[in-house]
Formats: sequence, structure tokens, C-alpha cells
Amino acid sequence: MSGIDIDTARKVAHLARIRVAPEALPKLAEQLSGILAFMEQLNAVDVTGVEPMTSVTPMRLKRRADVVTDGDRQAAVLANAPDAREGFFAVPKVVE
Amino acid sequence: MSGLNTLTLAEARDGLRARDFTAVELTEACLGAIDAGRALNAVVHATPDIARAQAIAADARIAGGDAPAMCGLPLGIKDLFCTKGVPSQAASNILRGFKPEYESTVTAKLFGAGAVMLGKLNMDEFAMGSSNETSCYGNAVNPWKVDDRLLTPGGSSGGSAAAVAADLCLAATGTDTGGSIRQPAALTGIVGIKPTYGRVSRWGIVAFASSLDQAGPMTKTVRDAAIFLGAMAGHDPQDSTSADIPVPDFEAMCTGDIRGRVIGIPREYRMEGMPAEIDALWDKGVAMLRDAGAVIRDISLPHTKYALPAYYVIAPAEASSNLARYDGVRFGHRAKLAQGDGITDMYEKTRAEGFGAEVQRRIMVGTYVLSAGFYDAYYNRARRVRALIKRDFDLAFADGVDAILTPATPSAAFGLGEMASADPVEMYLNDVFTVTVNLAGLPGISVPAGLDAQGLPLGLQLIGRPWDEGGLLNVAYALERAAGFVAKPAQWW
Repeated sequence: MSGIDIDTARKVAHLARIRVAPEALPKLAEQLSGILAFMEQLNAVDVTGVEPMTSVTPMRLKRRADVVTDGDRQAAVLANAPDAREGFFAVPKVVE
Repeated sequence: MSGLNTLTLAEARDGLRARDFTAVELTEACLGAIDAGRALNAVVHATPDIARAQAIAADARIAGGDAPAMCGLPLGIKDLFCTKGVPSQAASNILRGFKPEYESTVTAKLFGAGAVMLGKLNMDEFAMGSSNETSCYGNAVNPWKVDDRLLTPGGSSGGSAAAVAADLCLAATGTDTGGSIRQPAALTGIVGIKPTYGRVSRWGIVAFASSLDQAGPMTKTVRDAAIFLGAMAGHDPQDSTSADIPVPDFEAMCTGDIRGRVIGIPREYRMEGMPAEIDALWDKGVAMLRDAGAVIRDISLPHTKYALPAYYVIAPAEASSNLARYDGVRFGHRAKLAQGDGITDMYEKTRAEGFGAEVQRRIMVGTYVLSAGFYDAYYNRARRVRALIKRDFDLAFADGVDAILTPATPSAAFGLGEMASADPVEMYLNDVFTVTVNLAGLPGISVPAGLDAQGLPLGLQLIGRPWDEGGLLNVAYALERAAGFVAKPAQWW
């Protein structure tokens, strides 16, 4: 667990789906490395036998009847879309 | 009438009920102050038409004898709250033009109680920042000023803090993920409370880190915080983490009688390199609570120093997941695409254009700590440390401590732009005293307690037991009375 090199920075940016120009990668790698170095203080803590926290207040999530409570709001759902056509969200052609 | 905008919520409520003035007059006074206060850049989407209509409706309710707590009281709403038909963009370009088709639970409750919305308030982009300098609207400015520098109102609820401190509104909503209510409250000389996790519904509030986010009031007084919190809090079936427990009458619990209450003073909060003024203010706070009859006890919260690094793993991890929804498909900004661009190009260009630098950094840090091979080493380790931090508090409370007193911030307000060349981690240090409270899910309140040598406000923080906001507000009320903080910024704007 040490620094982030330029290749890793490029990979992380792609995983995060954020385009980063090649010339911006060295600075990004440096900043991410700095943040990770800060996090590495956590290695000094003895966490033996400690479970990772899943819920900060011990609570049992409520359940409700498995019935439809909402719907028929196509116009509202699409109202903020950058591109909507014929009742659908429109995106560039997807060809894999 | 002039000067109505300077009233507290309690004063305005009582004045409205006594028919000393109307909600319309009160609202006009605030709208006038907002117009005159543009230099503060606190209000980013004013909603005068909505405010006037709500004020007229409130006056009718008051005349009819049906005046709930917040009836006719003009508020500012942080841009993070979705408000139906009104821009709600979390201070981000990626949500430019977004007008929600629905109302957040908090604003719906406030409007149901008769409150008036003056407008949406500036903040750090997606609530990520401690100085309100990451906003797509530009910096919000602190009304406090001691020389020719413009100072930060803190962040992320910087617009809320500036608006309340400058009397542009009677009070404002804020949200707090690592200190975003308490730190700006301290830097502007106002009161801000982050409730227990689960006390206030998160539904309709743009998510940053879902296990840490809580909304709360930012007000001129502790009594106002009690009134406002009562109107925001309560169970909401639309938020699965919202607690189904009764909301007490917080205002009635503010008696100022804290005789016999045990106040813990955690030795780990006396940090190396802490300014002497902060140390002295803390000691003064201890003396004030002791004089009011509280029992002061030194306590230890041994994992305190690991709170910031744990937070800066957990919060970005959750943010990277929450912010995955901004993809240019369903709402907000979509980048202009070049011939032949596919859907991945659309995602990557949209997110590069729409998110600011700090948000991008945090998403990428979160992506990294959640990625295969690092998940255990960073994310799971941070969650284990988080469990230890919470256990520190649990043990103190089990030992009879009722509330904990600490400084709110490591310094007074600093100049806008002064941290521009700093390492991102240096900015994170602003949250050093507040972030533990979010990790442990506890209620915390910042109370203005004095001025530093330059004449800038400083705050003290009180931390309470889970669900004991009432007891916490009462200790805060006693501290507020003893501190007698009445200073206001001189109006230069």
C-alpha cells in the first residue's frame, strides 16, 4: 500500500468514469498519493476482533407490505432528462 | 417596518401571534436584506414569489388561529435540499438546470408547518469542502470582517451560515456529514446542531455519504435551534434509516438547569499546535458549565486521532457510489459529444465537465478504496476503526457522562483563497473536532462562545448521547447564557 503511479491514476479515473487529460495525470497521482498516505495512519490501529461497522445506530430496518405504492409518472420521471424521446431516456448508440 | 429580519425565530413567532407585524412584513424585510446582501453570495436562487405566496398563506393561518411552530417564519434552504420546481443543484454544474419534481421530506414538513422559503443557499459542491470555495456559484462570503480580506464562512453550509449571521433570513437549513453545520456556525457566530443519525429524514436531500449525512438547523440562538429541529425531525417511511421514535418538545427542555449534569472533557482533543486562543476558550467553557452547576470530568476518547483518516476513507467511498447516478442520462448536464462517441465517452466527458476538482478527487479516492484488492485494506479497516471510535463514546456515556465539551474548530475564519495552494489534506484538518460525531452517529451542537484577538467569532462544541438532543440543547442553552455572546458583524456589504 504505497503511492499511486500515473498508470493507476489513469485506471482509477476510468473506473470512476471521469475523463482526465493525460497531462493532468501526474498531478492527480500526486494528490491521490498524498490522501492515501494520510489514510495509512489507520494501519497503526489494532483492529483485531473488531467487526466493520454496518449501521451506526443499532436498528432493525422496517419492512412494509410488498405492494406497489408509486408509479404512472412517466412525464415527471423524464422531465429533467437531457434527451428523452417517445417516453424513453435517449443515449448514444451502444454497440459492444 | 425595518429590522424585522434581525429577529430570532422565537421573537418572530411570538410577534406574529401577538399581531405586532405580519408574515408578509417579516418576509419583505428579509427579501430586502437579501437584495442588499448580494455581496455575500449567500443566496444563489432567490424565490421571492414563493416566499410572498407562503407569507400570505401564513398570515391567513395565523388569523384563523392555526399557527404551528414555524408559521410565517422566513427561512433559507441549503441548495442540497430538493425543492419542487426550484433549482436544486448541490452547487454543482452537473445538476445545472435540475428542477426536482418532488419536495424533500424536511422542506415538506417545514412548509406544512407554515414556514416561508426565501431562496436556496450557497454551499460547497455536493457538500464537499470546509470553506464554501468548491461551489459552482462562487465563494460565499463571511459577513464577519476585520481587515480588507474577505473571509470564508466555512463549509459546506457556508451560504446558510452567512445568510443567518447577516440577518438575510431568520434561520436556515444545513446538512452535516463531517462538520458542515457546526464548523460554519462556529466561523460566523451562530448556532448549528447536527442531530443524531436517523433523527431527521434524508429523503430528497442530495446524498453525499449516506451513513454520515444528517440535516439540521442553523439559527441565531439555541432556543431557535430547538424550535426548528422540532419541526424538521420525525420518522419518515421514505428513509429506511429514519428512526421511529417520538420527537420531544425540545424548546420546553431548554431550562438552563444543568445542575449535576456530568460534562466530559476529552483529553485527546487538546491537539498539538492548537492555537492558545482555542485552548483558552475551551477552558472558559469548562468554567462556565462548572459555575452553572455541572460536574466536570476528564475523559479519554483514545481513537480520536484516527477519526479524520477513517472519515476520508468512508465518506469518499460512499460518495463514489452515490455520485455514480450523475451520468448525463436522467437529469442535469450532458456533455456535447463528438461524432462517433459512445456511451462511455458520454459518461466520462459529462462527469469531467460537470464535477469540480474536489468532487472528482473524492470520487476517485472512493473508487480506489473500494476497488478489488484494496477494499479490505482501506474500506473495511476504516469501518473497523469507526466501530472503535463509536465504542469510545459508548464507554464514556455508559460511565455516566451526559455531554462532552470540545472546541468546534481549530481556528477562526480564514481568508478566502488562503488555502488555494494547500494540500487537500490541510483543508480536511478543519473537521478535526467535528468528524468524530458523524462517525459515531451522535448529536453535536456548535455554540458561539467568544471572539478571538482579531474580533472573529469562535465556537464551542457540545456532543450528546444518541437521541438526547433535548438534554444537549439544554446544556447548550446554559452555555449560551453564560457566554453571553451578542456580537454581530458590522454591516459592510
